[in-house]
Amino acid sequence: MSLFEHNNNKYNVIGKDIKRVDGLEKVKGTALYAADLYKQDMLYGGNVRIKEYPAKITNIDTSLALSIPGVVKIITCFDTEAKKHSWADYCYITDEVKFCGDVVAIVAAETKKALDQAIKSIKVDYELQEGVYTVADALKEDAPIIREKGVGLVDGIPSKDKKGNIFIDSYYPIRKGDVEEGFKKSDVIIEREYTVPFIDQAYIEPEACMVYHDPKDGSITGEASAQNPFFTRRYLADASGYPMSESRFIQRTLGGTFGGKEEGVGVQIGRAAILHKATRRPIKMVNSREESLMDSSKRHAFNFKYKIGATKDGKIQAIEGTLVDNCGAYNNQTQFMNWRASVHSAGVYDIPNVKTDTYGVFTNNVHGGAMRGYSSPQVIFAQEQLMNELAKELGMDNVELRRKNIIRQNSLTATSQLITEEVILEEMMDELLNRSDYYKKKKEYEDFNKTSKNLKKGISLVTVYRGAGLGAEGVDANGAFIQANEDGSLIISTGMAENGQGLQTAYAQIAAEALGVTLDKIHFHSVDTHAIADSGMTVASRGTTMGAQSMKLASEKLAMLFKEHVAQKFCTTVDRISCKDNYYYDNEDNFPANYSSDKRIAFKDICNERLWAGQQLAVYEWFRPALNQYDHHTGQGTAFPTYTYNVCISEVEVDIEIGDIKVTKVTSALDCGRVINPNMVKGQMYGGIVMGLGYAITEEIELNKGRILNDNFDSYILPTSMDIPEMDLVLFESETKEGTYGAKSVGEPATEAIAASIAGAVGHALDKNVDHLPCSLESILKYMD
Amino acid sequence: MRMQLNTTVNDVAVSVEIEQDARLLDVLRDQLGLLGTKEGCGVGECGACTVIINGKTANSCITLAASMEDCDIKTIEYLSKDGELHPMQESFIDNSALQCGFCTPGFVLSGISLLERNPNPTTEEIKEGLSGNICRCTGYEQIIKAVEDVRDKKYNKDGAINE
Repeated sequence: MSLFEHNNNKYNVIGKDIKRVDGLEKVKGTALYAADLYKQDMLYGGNVRIKEYPAKITNIDTSLALSIPGVVKIITCFDTEAKKHSWADYCYITDEVKFCGDVVAIVAAETKKALDQAIKSIKVDYELQEGVYTVADALKEDAPIIREKGVGLVDGIPSKDKKGNIFIDSYYPIRKGDVEEGFKKSDVIIEREYTVPFIDQAYIEPEACMVYHDPKDGSITGEASAQNPFFTRRYLADASGYPMSESRFIQRTLGGTFGGKEEGVGVQIGRAAILHKATRRPIKMVNSREESLMDSSKRHAFNFKYKIGATKDGKIQAIEGTLVDNCGAYNNQTQFMNWRASVHSAGVYDIPNVKTDTYGVFTNNVHGGAMRGYSSPQVIFAQEQLMNELAKELGMDNVELRRKNIIRQNSLTATSQLITEEVILEEMMDELLNRSDYYKKKKEYEDFNKTSKNLKKGISLVTVYRGAGLGAEGVDANGAFIQANEDGSLIISTGMAENGQGLQTAYAQIAAEALGVTLDKIHFHSVDTHAIADSGMTVASRGTTMGAQSMKLASEKLAMLFKEHVAQKFCTTVDRISCKDNYYYDNEDNFPANYSSDKRIAFKDICNERLWAGQQLAVYEWFRPALNQYDHHTGQGTAFPTYTYNVCISEVEVDIEIGDIKVTKVTSALDCGRVINPNMVKGQMYGGIVMGLGYAITEEIELNKGRILNDNFDSYILPTSMDIPEMDLVLFESETKEGTYGAKSVGEPATEAIAASIAGAVGHALDKNVDHLPCSLESILKYMD
Repeated sequence: MRMQLNTTVNDVAVSVEIEQDARLLDVLRDQLGLLGTKEGCGVGECGACTVIINGKTANSCITLAASMEDCDIKTIEYLSKDGELHPMQESFIDNSALQCGFCTPGFVLSGISLLERNPNPTTEEIKEGLSGNICRCTGYEQIIKAVEDVRDKKYNKDGAINE
């Protein structure tokens, strides 16, 4: 293991604080986001929704709306011409409203004002139906059935033999060893329950799109703030009825997503395509913040029920758990996300006997989807509070309990995957314990709390791991293209998208490293589905660790073609040729003197020679990793090619009289594998800490019968610069044969442990088991009652 | 109802016919093509629509355009109109103080406005000065550092944009 140190690696560009390649246009305000698109003759598109759910629409009266000047087209759920149901689980337009995001009619108008007036003037009649909103209600024997495909529980296990509200495709069991035997061996057994609410990704840019006909190539063209360009194209083609070869999607600068701009943006572009087809005019749709909160997917709400047993010495013998999440009315994610939840359902601990069941239930709420972590922030919250409770019951130190049970090299995970790679978790723990003065502070805070009446202090450490990339959830394949031009500049492109995380910069660094050119020579061309092939989704923190593998392959192949060219030119061998800062050199200083007095050849000269000689200047490469052997019936096998490890220590002050929490310090360590860009890794970590802080303390989608009560940022409270703690970041590197240049995931690991460690610190301050997020003012007062 | 608005935007006198109830944000974006001013929430909470009006920051999403007669309005486009970056913009790039970039114009303007009011703010005062802007990506740390670097005159340029 090693602490990352600046300027201490063998690379020229990798591991360096390279400035963002897309920084300039962003600070100037000239970066073009989807809402910044305007077209001659365009119409504004909008949605008509109702405010109670579920409901059956009986009539829609559009006469008043159609009389408003500037209203061009209204398509309701009763019109037969438009496509209503999307290729996925969601509806573009529906007469059976299941949740607050469902749309019963869509409108196109000349102005925003006419659009707003039209939406308000459309009269919708409906019959309200009995709904189901919570996990507990959905699982009741006599609960109304929300979805035809829902199944029930037989002996506590989801089964197709019975009707119910369980989404069977999202059910994943883990069966390792024999938990009954494990509990028999245990001296201490505890059972605990935890709950977490829906929260929003709360990217600052609301969803937006433009759909138009491109006369140049005849395609229906969509531009949007989409996390996954090809996934969005699927909706565009589906709603328009055009083949994918005539459905073109162009990625615009994305104003944040964190998992949120997937289905919602897809359905939005579908609605715009339907309006475009009906009007033959460009359609622009931009969500208001309120619509964004209603429409977009949320981080799943979860109910956890855990039982854990250990011997007196603190060795965990068995863990049993039921992890049930609220899917909402439609779902396209829980069936993938719950697999990750199940794989990590026993934490980063080497436990011989594991039995967990993870499944989602349909309700009439907002739909659960992807949000940074993809189940891990929820599972880790429950798991780590459970560990603290077990330590308390054993009379053992929290950290020592973890030290005794963490996964090490040659451990078996909950899925019985043998960890063969280096595991640096214990070293990371020790470094953080030292840096944060953990034990000294712990004692200080406990002494302080004995005498302090209103103010209480707490500190807590959590340890986690995360499977990097998609693992056995899918195939982590990807492709990339690189092209050199005769002036020595290069264009790179891939099917994956810049989400703001810095993918363009990382990919440019990878290409620059392989070729020996400077960063300013490289232009990242963002996704145009007519110009590059699908590389899978930009999800699961796979962008750099797995997604960039093809960028590296393509760049290395081009670099080799060029080196061969230079070597041949001077009758020498490839291994003697190197390129640095846009010039080729002979390592043994044997450059032909008559060619160049400074004994080097410009990269651009080689580009130019190759162009006129008809030699290859572009490469497209594909990367497909080894497939993982995994049995989904038992949850046993190789889940991920590599894991990233994270340790986090949070410190809090709680005013128990008013319930206020101040997070004073967060110390966070991340095993990056290989650091590609330290400043950008830190940016992910700072952002991840503050996002985790919101999850821990303030954020919750408040629902009443499926209606969102806090639908803007005046009531859905995000952390501001005033709320941030002192943050101490520690970057580690470790050896792995996986990942681009050995890089592991960063984006999601940076946030997944934060809420758990803050909740743990609150628990320490109050000497209570924090069993719910967020730790709101009210919840603190309740704990102290 | 439509009316004529005469005002100054980025040092240019403009006369534009507007709806009487139009928001300044919509006039800037839809009518004047100043797209660096963003809409994040529409209720004055996120600060993505920050502009500087008569030397003070304001949320253009809750500012009535009709009230802007004879005002001095500055948007993000003002800063680099001569082709050079403002020190605050350079500092944001150097400090990795942006990710998705959507909130960035608002933060840059708030940072500049803060230093004009208080050329030597403490870190706490910087945090307070930026608290009207929300960023979901960066966790604010590198943004605060970017403002500190301009405060500490690491950029050898005059950052004043108001007389």
